[in-house]
Amino acid sequence: MSEYDVMWEGLGIDLEAHAGLLEVLPPMYQENILSQENRPRGMEYFDFVFSEVHGLRVKELVEHREGGGVVVGTFCTYVSEELIVAAGGICVGLCAGAQVAPEEAEKHLPRNICALIKSSLGFKLAKVCPYIESCDLLVGETTCDGKKKYFEVLGELQPVYVMEVPQMKLEHDRDLWRLEVRRLLARLEELTGKKVGLEELRDAVRLINEKRRALLRLEELRKSDPPVISGRDALLVSQIAFYDDPARLTDKVNALCDELEERKARGESIGGAHRPRILLSGCPMALPNWKVATIIETSGAVVAMDEMCTGIRYFDNLVDEDAADMEALLDSIADRYLKIHCAIFTPNGERVEHIKELVRDYRIDAVVYYALQFCDPYTVEAFGVQRELEKLGIPFLYLETDYSAEDVEQLSTRVQALIEMVGSEDKA
Amino acid sequence: MAIGGLDIGSRTIALVEVEDGELRWGKVVATTFDPLEQCRQLLADRSFEVLVATGYGRHLAQANFADRTITEIKAFALGCHRLFPECRTILDIGGQDTKAISLAPDGRVADFQMNDRCAAGTGKFLEVMAAAMGLTIDEMGRIALETEAEVKISSMCTVFAESEVTGLIARGTPRPEIARGLHEAICDRAVSLLKRVGVEREVVFAGGVARNPCLRALLERRLKVPLLIPEDPQLVGAMGAALSALQ
Repeated sequence: MSEYDVMWEGLGIDLEAHAGLLEVLPPMYQENILSQENRPRGMEYFDFVFSEVHGLRVKELVEHREGGGVVVGTFCTYVSEELIVAAGGICVGLCAGAQVAPEEAEKHLPRNICALIKSSLGFKLAKVCPYIESCDLLVGETTCDGKKKYFEVLGELQPVYVMEVPQMKLEHDRDLWRLEVRRLLARLEELTGKKVGLEELRDAVRLINEKRRALLRLEELRKSDPPVISGRDALLVSQIAFYDDPARLTDKVNALCDELEERKARGESIGGAHRPRILLSGCPMALPNWKVATIIETSGAVVAMDEMCTGIRYFDNLVDEDAADMEALLDSIADRYLKIHCAIFTPNGERVEHIKELVRDYRIDAVVYYALQFCDPYTVEAFGVQRELEKLGIPFLYLETDYSAEDVEQLSTRVQALIEMVGSEDKA
Repeated sequence: MAIGGLDIGSRTIALVEVEDGELRWGKVVATTFDPLEQCRQLLADRSFEVLVATGYGRHLAQANFADRTITEIKAFALGCHRLFPECRTILDIGGQDTKAISLAPDGRVADFQMNDRCAAGTGKFLEVMAAAMGLTIDEMGRIALETEAEVKISSMCTVFAESEVTGLIARGTPRPEIARGLHEAICDRAVSLLKRVGVEREVVFAGGVARNPCLRALLERRLKVPLLIPEDPQLVGAMGAALSALQ
């Protein structure tokens, strides 16, 4: 028995089922990520972190807990990471991106619920996620009806705390949300038995802001045409940012950006000349969900930007680090999160405006809208986004799918037809 | 210069030869479980300067003998534009997929819609329903024209619709009425797909299902426009593939 097996067993992992899961990951990684040509050297770190996804990083979580720290799992970019860090915790993003034990999940959830929720419960029930098993507390949120009710189911298996995210952005919604941020802090203090002070909170805000700055720097580099990094690599970095150590990740993202800046100066790109530039918009793509990005990029285009929770929505906007006191700092934190353009908000014109801005700034040729089947907020918003993009003459392709591979061929045909429309000189 | 166009669909494989931009020869065979062997036989006595493949088997063809590939969307756009230069809207119902394509006046693809992963409203749907009623597809199309009365088939899911048909048979509903209802259901589906890209004249109906006279009649009635039907609607994709080599 390896060292990790002992650790996993200690966490209550089903070793046999887990071994099965770990077997499918390397070939998936090879096919979607490693097979890309001319990847930056700076991606080696992220390849390593992924190869140790259930190993070294989990060991760090275990050691952290042995040292008296807590681990807090989250399912949404709305949960304030800085509060968890300030309380001396490690924050890990938990949304699952692969189909695991759907038949188990369907004992507790309807068949027609989004793949993300079903997968998350599948991971839990099959006991194959060392992250969720390492968590002292799970923080849910009311960002959709499915998740809201799911957290009741999950709460029967593990301690779950739910934040109420408002669905409008009016003044009293802001008041509610500011209160919710304070309520979470109190819950975290209760968990650790320690009061969070101003300096601890400010340090946490700085730490997480640094991570955001590094990720935003990477996004700036994605404006390069021809591209210096693939969309899949950028997606991977963002997916890993949800669970890796924030300070270490910041350094590695900055080192990657240094390299990309050199590449750009040398005129070196990932794959020769101009490729059609795609904005990927819609639902999050949790690890190891690379299906649509891979289809786009193996069809000759590049994903130049991700308008997703595993993309710009995760790290756009910073918290005001100089806020004068505890109250002001907590308000700044709350206000930063309320700027995330999640599809649960109504009205949500801001999201459409943001997409239009990204289309312009990143010189996007076409938008691929990725919606998980049964995700009402994102599937409904697709119509409005399409209407607005049509006015700009930007081709729009709507893909409704889940984590299975059965529709890869059909999706490829549609994506390739889109690329033929925007990409070729000879235009069909 | 002879150019080959190969369309490997889920039900049929079409090969055409285009010379000086004109269709010289074309042949359609069943796809079977061994499309590669079917292609090899089709290609046996032929030689082309360039061979372009399309359809769901295009990558298989490229891995083996085709020079390049294009999608069915582009292939049907090119093929229909060549046959009917005024064409602005295309409906293509094949074995597995239904596509609605809108063309700009110069023949460029302006927009397209495809059915999702299920076989709702495709040739496969007709095939399964015909089998459920103990008919061939041609027979089903023929008897559907015998009546104006129809029963409403509410399910577009092929599997659910099959149960629905079984239920109707058990209730003693006449087969022509069921057949009519099934054609209406496909017509509904095709029209909703077409409306999403916008219906502008001229409208071309291509793909194997365009050979079905009942569906043609129902679509024309519903869309209130005459449909242009290629002489051999199954060859249009292969022809488009070949034409793409000339661009």
